[in-house]
Amino acid sequence: MSSFIDYTVNGLVIGNIYALLAVGLALIFGVSNLINFAHGSVYTIGAYIGWAAITFLHTPLPVTMAIVFVACALVGMAIERIGLRPLQGSARIAPLLATIGISFVLDQVVQLVFSASPRALPNDLPDWRIDIGGGSIGALDLLIAGVGVGAAALLFVFLRFTKLGFAVRATAQDREAALQMGVNVNAVNSTVFAIASALGGISGLLVGMYYNHIDPAMSFQATLKGIVAQVIGGVGNVPGAIVGSLLLGLIESYGIALLGTTYRNLFAFVLLILFLIWMPNGLFGGRSAPQSEPLTGAFIAPSKPLRLPRWALWAMTGAAFALPLVFGAPYLLQTLTNAWLAAMLALSLTLMAGTAGQISFGHAGLLAIGAYASALLTVDLNAPTWLTIPAAGLITSALGTLLIFPAFRLRGHTIAIATLAIGEVVSLVILNWESLTRGAMGVTGIPPLSIFGHEIYAPREVYWLCLAIVVALALVQTRLLTSHFGRTLRAIRDDDVAARSYGIRLDRYKALAFAFGGFGAGVSGAITAHLYSYINHQTFDSQVSLLALTMVILGGMGNVVGAILGAIVLAGLPELFRLTAEYRILIYGIVLLLLIRFRPQGLMGTL
Amino acid sequence: MTEPLLRLDRINTFYGAVQAHFDLSLEVGRGRIVCLLGGNASGKSTTMKVILGLVSPRSGTVTLDGAEISGLPTHRIIRAGVGSVPEARRIFPLMTVRENLTMGAYVRSDRRAIAEDLARMLELFPRVAERLDQRAGTLSGGEQQMVAMARALMGRPRLICMDEPTMGLSPLFVDRVLELIAEINRQGVTIFMVEQNANLALQIAHEGYVLQTGRIVLQGSAALLRDDPRIREAYLGGPIAA
Repeated sequence: MSSFIDYTVNGLVIGNIYALLAVGLALIFGVSNLINFAHGSVYTIGAYIGWAAITFLHTPLPVTMAIVFVACALVGMAIERIGLRPLQGSARIAPLLATIGISFVLDQVVQLVFSASPRALPNDLPDWRIDIGGGSIGALDLLIAGVGVGAAALLFVFLRFTKLGFAVRATAQDREAALQMGVNVNAVNSTVFAIASALGGISGLLVGMYYNHIDPAMSFQATLKGIVAQVIGGVGNVPGAIVGSLLLGLIESYGIALLGTTYRNLFAFVLLILFLIWMPNGLFGGRSAPQSEPLTGAFIAPSKPLRLPRWALWAMTGAAFALPLVFGAPYLLQTLTNAWLAAMLALSLTLMAGTAGQISFGHAGLLAIGAYASALLTVDLNAPTWLTIPAAGLITSALGTLLIFPAFRLRGHTIAIATLAIGEVVSLVILNWESLTRGAMGVTGIPPLSIFGHEIYAPREVYWLCLAIVVALALVQTRLLTSHFGRTLRAIRDDDVAARSYGIRLDRYKALAFAFGGFGAGVSGAITAHLYSYINHQTFDSQVSLLALTMVILGGMGNVVGAILGAIVLAGLPELFRLTAEYRILIYGIVLLLLIRFRPQGLMGTL
Repeated sequence: MTEPLLRLDRINTFYGAVQAHFDLSLEVGRGRIVCLLGGNASGKSTTMKVILGLVSPRSGTVTLDGAEISGLPTHRIIRAGVGSVPEARRIFPLMTVRENLTMGAYVRSDRRAIAEDLARMLELFPRVAERLDQRAGTLSGGEQQMVAMARALMGRPRLICMDEPTMGLSPLFVDRVLELIAEINRQGVTIFMVEQNANLALQIAHEGYVLQTGRIVLQGSAALLRDDPRIREAYLGGPIAA
């Protein structure tokens, strides 16, 4: 009984923290129709600013909170100014991708300034606890509850009774009509980002105090939790976000009590997927929830693709094959091998996101499936790699298609959220299915690649193998695109209603595209596993997914040559300049931002 | 000749490579009802957007009472004394009718006068008064049109721009809306309206312009336009149509 009360208190406290995040996301979604993926970064910044104020300035708690509030409000306004305002009028997904780029940049800046190692965030609250019914409540619990309730009340008063609050609501309901009432919509957006980010920062500070632990990697999970809470309550619905957050906090807390901490996130994402499929408007969205326009055709900036003559492509391919004969440096070859592996993933994603218009934010999940399939087949069954790698491709193709299938009928932002969640679920299932995957331990002693008993170990041979696979995949994919199948996919992407009215069965075509794309991604993951000889559930994380998306956008959505080029540039060049990991991610973020702003069609143009 | 309240001078507007206006010029005199007529894709709604600053013309100027407003952001144009009844009404569906009217007075800060105007609106639009605390999204199309008109008036504009105020309304409401527009005008507000239905608009307008693929092809007093056979031609694409 006592533990039940403790778990309830814990759930409500965590729920309050999620609420501070989710309310901000809901406000931002309301006025700008945008899921702000940089929200978790602001939360992290809040935690670190609080830590710095306490550690260096020895500020008392109220002052610390005020500093965090103001500083994060400013960061929020900057995000709006950089990520949103210049992109008005561009494709709806553009600002969403921009916030992803911003979150890369902010997280890495935090890491560079404060170092990647976790820190303790002390608090000067008295450490008494009140006993109730066997459980207990401490001062910090009360503080968090108080901040949560207080923020909700203030927000209510602001939205209901102030002129600016009216303007916020009007903008959320009809931006153009609000403009015609004389509302300065940009100022409203800026205000909303300031409020949302200030609350997000406070949330980060409180969570840091609660666990007495902060680290730069906490940002992404925070964004996801805020999004889950919002989906439960109804995207863009402020009271819904609060209820959704409390529910999520409680479910997580009880779930941990029953099954253990590694299940915490699994609950969140399974809940997310269930809601997206069966109740996409959430508990409070109702039927009146505004229909978001389809986000299929995601990021196809109209452009003339750059067509290289066929002989030039073959010449470059030949040069790539000949390269190891001239430059034998293992480091160079390994770097380019990484680029070829990334290219397989990028080819898969460009087919999905570019050609079929089904954007995927969880593509790394496919790598993980392929990697585990081949690793377990070789380690547990002693199967030879020349057999397990194609098998891994097929398994990934089947499992991946099965997993994504329910998301095919989703629209708008929910596709982005659902694919992101599917990627996370793959990683969490791997973490928790210990009997098969060895859980958090990972798989060790994965044998190297071999063909008919001949071990492929030399960097040169690995290089040739990967390059050959990329070329083969690229040729098949090019052939597909010019076929009836490719045309149908593009028709679906450009106008799925029209495509349907011509009798095209969307799901079948999307599934076929995914099956083909899944194969390439699975092979890439499988080879990676054999090269690394060790993998765990975090080897292929969401950052890999987002990196793949950046490659595809860099190359030009749907463009086969572009995908390979994007992979070479983003996987290869930073390595050649010997940048450390933090700077590399920073550069990815900046590249993504610049592309979205100045060259949405990518280097080679969209197809 | 005195300066008209609204003047568009040689406006050229483009959507990408497509030109929507060719040297469009028109004037709206103080205290008048002026209608801009035209069929689909004639550039009517774009004209409205240019006046409200939602679309920027590539060249040409818009002046309000002699002061240039083209190039200003929309909220500044509204502040300068322009009210808008947008196409398809665009009321705030989740707000109550009262809140919608309050939003109409967003650019004002004289609380007492706003309260007086609210009372005046309820007199002018009794249907709106009945629904005051209902969510505006639940109202019928005609009722929403009245909310949109009352909302625009709450800003005490010198000029109200109406984009197809009778579109999608039942015949009964069409007449009522036209009467109300005439009534608002009698109370001293200048009205510029864009309409597809020439017969209706010319019943209450003083002057009219006919727009065809971005060019003014006909202009004059409403009485003259009503009798002009070319009006039919401009609309229905040929003299055969009766």
